[in-house]
Amino acid sequence: MNDILEGLLTAGALIISGDQDLVEITLRSLHVTLTATAIASIIGLPLGAWLAVNRFRARRIVVALLNALMGLPPVVVGLVVYVLFSRAGPFGVFGLLFTPTAMIIAQVIIITPIIASIAHQAIKELWADYHDLMISLNATRRQRIGALLWDGRRPLLTASLAGFGRAIGEVGAIMIVGGNIDHATRVLTTAIALETGKGAFGLALALGFILIGLSVAVNLALHALGQTERGSRW
Amino acid sequence: MVSRCLPLKIEALELRRQGRTILGPLDWTLEGEGITVVLGPNGSGKTSLLRAMHGLERINRGTLHWSGGEEDARKAQAFVFQSPILMRRSILDCIAFPLRLDGVSRDKARERAAEAANRVGLKEALDRPAEVLSGGEKQKLALARALIRVPELLFLDEPCANLDSTSTRDIEAILSDARATGTRIVMSTHDIGQAKRLADEVLFLHAGHLCDAASHSEFFEGPISLQAQAHLNGELIP
Repeated sequence: MNDILEGLLTAGALIISGDQDLVEITLRSLHVTLTATAIASIIGLPLGAWLAVNRFRARRIVVALLNALMGLPPVVVGLVVYVLFSRAGPFGVFGLLFTPTAMIIAQVIIITPIIASIAHQAIKELWADYHDLMISLNATRRQRIGALLWDGRRPLLTASLAGFGRAIGEVGAIMIVGGNIDHATRVLTTAIALETGKGAFGLALALGFILIGLSVAVNLALHALGQTERGSRW
Repeated sequence: MVSRCLPLKIEALELRRQGRTILGPLDWTLEGEGITVVLGPNGSGKTSLLRAMHGLERINRGTLHWSGGEEDARKAQAFVFQSPILMRRSILDCIAFPLRLDGVSRDKARERAAEAANRVGLKEALDRPAEVLSGGEKQKLALARALIRVPELLFLDEPCANLDSTSTRDIEAILSDARATGTRIVMSTHDIGQAKRLADEVLFLHAGHLCDAASHSEFFEGPISLQAQAHLNGELIP
């Protein structure tokens, strides 16, 4: 209980004092996670819509695979990305290992299936409503997907936020590919892991509370931007 | 305006679902102008026939031959469903949607949608979500959306089911206007009174078979089939 209280007080003190290290790792956390969420959304949302609209032989297998990939172990993803981007790996020439870019790549791999799978479910329901109308109006496949993505933007925002939520709290993969290097790849989650390892529970908890606050703030901001709770207008 | 895609020749049309024939074999030709009303009890195949003509149902046997070619015919049609399919958009954007598909600019499409909404009696607060409308208003929205491309052929599947007399009268007036401007209309209904008010031609279906296809006067003055006679007499058809 004392540790939690100490954590809360330390978190307040760090925020009020505008601690430079805290600001740096918080901004890096946001940069890595928001970039990964944006890239995964660009891939996952149309993929989910495409899977909902199209019928092909292996569709069920692809959807089942996508759902299974939602539980992709981050440590394994981190390890695979590490091997691919290490000096001896096929992409070693890019020199991306232990950079925020490698962390973004790992997070994209982890959250794309989550965003695509939730998007697929949301769009599938919308497509069931729209199917006959779209056929009747002779909408092209592209127009159908465009209309579904636009009209389903609220549940799709939720899909992206689910990806964001998974990414902002992720530690296993980014620890491996980022290396938790001070002033280079350290983010809130890896800092928490480090402070916990050092036995500095108060500071670790403080960082944890800041992480939770950050996650809530981003979610609220995106909900406000997306007007998800406004029922009187579309 | 006489539709370029008509006549439509339907030959030996048959629809089967789960091993059961739900429509046909059916032969009929849709031609000319006016309003064709498809009558019949539940499960007689009214909706299936309309959907098959509009390309929404897979045909198991037979052919549909559009004189203007199928592709052109599909572009010249619109369909109003029994339960209006509303998009998650404003009333105006729902009506404007077909024009947006045609590449019309958003402002122009909304301008024409406002005119279409006005014509069907939807005037106020067109930026509200479509889902807040009443049943009759939703059907008017669906009609405005279907008519905004000025279709040559309009299919309506029981457009006034579950509507009160005021909404029914409004919708019948819209259909009469569309007919007057040359839109060929094929609609199904359970309402014999509505068929009497609107129909130029009547089809009577029973158990998936076409029992009667006659002009308004021929049908209501003495239908040929026993099933149609029983239906008009208000008897329960087995």
